[in-house]
Amino acid sequence: MAALGREYADREVIVRQGEPGHCMYVVQEGRVEAIAESDGREMRLRTMGPNDFFGEMALFGTELRSCTIRALGKARVLTVDKKSFLAGIQEDPSLAFRVVKVMSQRIRDLTARLAEYQMKQ
Amino acid sequence: MATSDPFGQFGRPAKRRQTKSRMPLHDGSRVAVVGAGPSGSMFSYFLLNMAESIGLELELDLYEARQFCHGGPASCNHCGGVVSESLVQRLATEGIPLPDDVVQRGLDAYTMHMDVGNADIATPLRESRIAGVYRGNGPRDSEPRDTHSFDGYLQRLANEKGARSVRRLVTSVRADGDAMQVGCADGSRASYDLVALACGVNSRLLGSLDGLAEAHEPPGLKTTFICEFRLGRDVIRQTLGQAMHVFLLDIPGLKFAALVPKGDYATFVLLGREPNEELLERFFASEEFRSCFPGGVVPRHVCHCYPRINIRSTRPPYGDRLVMIGDSGSTRLYKDGIGAAYRTAKAGARTAVFHGVSAEDFRQYYAPVCRKIDRDNQVGKLVFWVGGLIQRAGFARRGVMHMIDAEQAQTAAPRRMSGVLWDMFSGSAPYTDIFLRTLQPAFIGSLAWHLVAGNLPSARHAARRAPTGGPE
Repeated sequence: MAALGREYADREVIVRQGEPGHCMYVVQEGRVEAIAESDGREMRLRTMGPNDFFGEMALFGTELRSCTIRALGKARVLTVDKKSFLAGIQEDPSLAFRVVKVMSQRIRDLTARLAEYQMKQ
Repeated sequence: MATSDPFGQFGRPAKRRQTKSRMPLHDGSRVAVVGAGPSGSMFSYFLLNMAESIGLELELDLYEARQFCHGGPASCNHCGGVVSESLVQRLATEGIPLPDDVVQRGLDAYTMHMDVGNADIATPLRESRIAGVYRGNGPRDSEPRDTHSFDGYLQRLANEKGARSVRRLVTSVRADGDAMQVGCADGSRASYDLVALACGVNSRLLGSLDGLAEAHEPPGLKTTFICEFRLGRDVIRQTLGQAMHVFLLDIPGLKFAALVPKGDYATFVLLGREPNEELLERFFASEEFRSCFPGGVVPRHVCHCYPRINIRSTRPPYGDRLVMIGDSGSTRLYKDGIGAAYRTAKAGARTAVFHGVSAEDFRQYYAPVCRKIDRDNQVGKLVFWVGGLIQRAGFARRGVMHMIDAEQAQTAAPRRMSGVLWDMFSGSAPYTDIFLRTLQPAFIGSLAWHLVAGNLPSARHAARRAPTGGPE
């Protein structure tokens, strides 16, 4: 009752890969997982907890969602509208700093994983 | 000291030419923040955060005589206590979540009450996106629960960043050569390189700043009425639900009133020409207000106050080594004062860290944010004036209600009037945006049609027969 955001049940899909996205999400409570789906198979990319965000790529482009996000147990998630976010960074560009910082860290992690994968090949 | 802005990579308007400040902050600079309300604590948090990002070491004293852990007037900051949808989202983006024990109730709708009926307007996605909070730790004599004050939470965040809380009442701020001197009620004095005034508008300190800022003009003020009703969680769930209730009634002198459910209580805020006993009695006796309470009986309020709010900015809200933020400087008209506190606190901190603390620095980098708020407030006055006309004209109220009912009945229909009213009463969008939306031909055409349709005898008969119910 007191909490912000919307509650999702265990394994409920919050964002589906391939669908258009218009907002970012911030986890308020519980955990969620990012899943890449290909040829009917699933691969977990990462899990996220309170204060982590996902779906941020939709704020900067019009592409489709790159992965599926699913609740791991009961989770509560808050939406950040694209319009609200872009209006915010017009006045205060530093608002985007944390988002860019985390995106940069994720690129670094993915690069490391890709290198590791190629080494194994 | 470093003068480059690491956030500058996102671009700044070309017309702002970076010049070297004659008063930059440097390692060891001392900063005093007077008042640990949202603007003071957020200024402290952002200032220390930005300074850390460029390796600048500052000492910051956060003056606040009160402790926010008590219930009642001892820690109350006399405010409706609504954190708008846009601020909730911005704080979440900043990595500043609002914990469950600080949010007294997440709101996912508002209910508009008029004599021609009620309308429930839900948030997009049916999500709790507005936070009802207590600035202190609840009303007078409230039972201690596992809840915390919003102001106390922000103060703790500032402390975690390195702000040192000083529990003294500041009684004077004076220029002292190349520094600012802060004097306290206990006779102690201390010198600082920068003073941020975040003492609100109900402090005597603002009246004693002559000479610190050129042609200083204190903020324009208006008196409001706020009280708390104790209803209990179960009753609130059954009657008010998770909606903020807004009243647009044709009562002389009334601008608007709102009832915000929080925990065991509901906070009532009334804004009028002069909120006196006569206006309050007339409002409390109205059927629309009484229908919000069990049995149609308005209970006695447990505490009340007549706080003043800022309706015209301090001019100018800065001087050499001095910046006024939040209500002390510039705030939004009637709505989203906490959102304006966030915007001015961050702009003030950004100016001090990346540009300097002279009056010229604040004029160049801080004043534009205040001016933007002021310009928007001018449009806000027009928006509320039009709202007042609708409030007083029965045919207009019926037309508006008819338009909202039609929008809410069709989930796929554009929510033109619902969106305008949502943003107006939740403080989620600038008044200029709201006003421009009402000038769109589709909005005007739709309103004109509903003004006719809502006043047809059949529609008036249906409205009389079918007032909307409560949340459950």
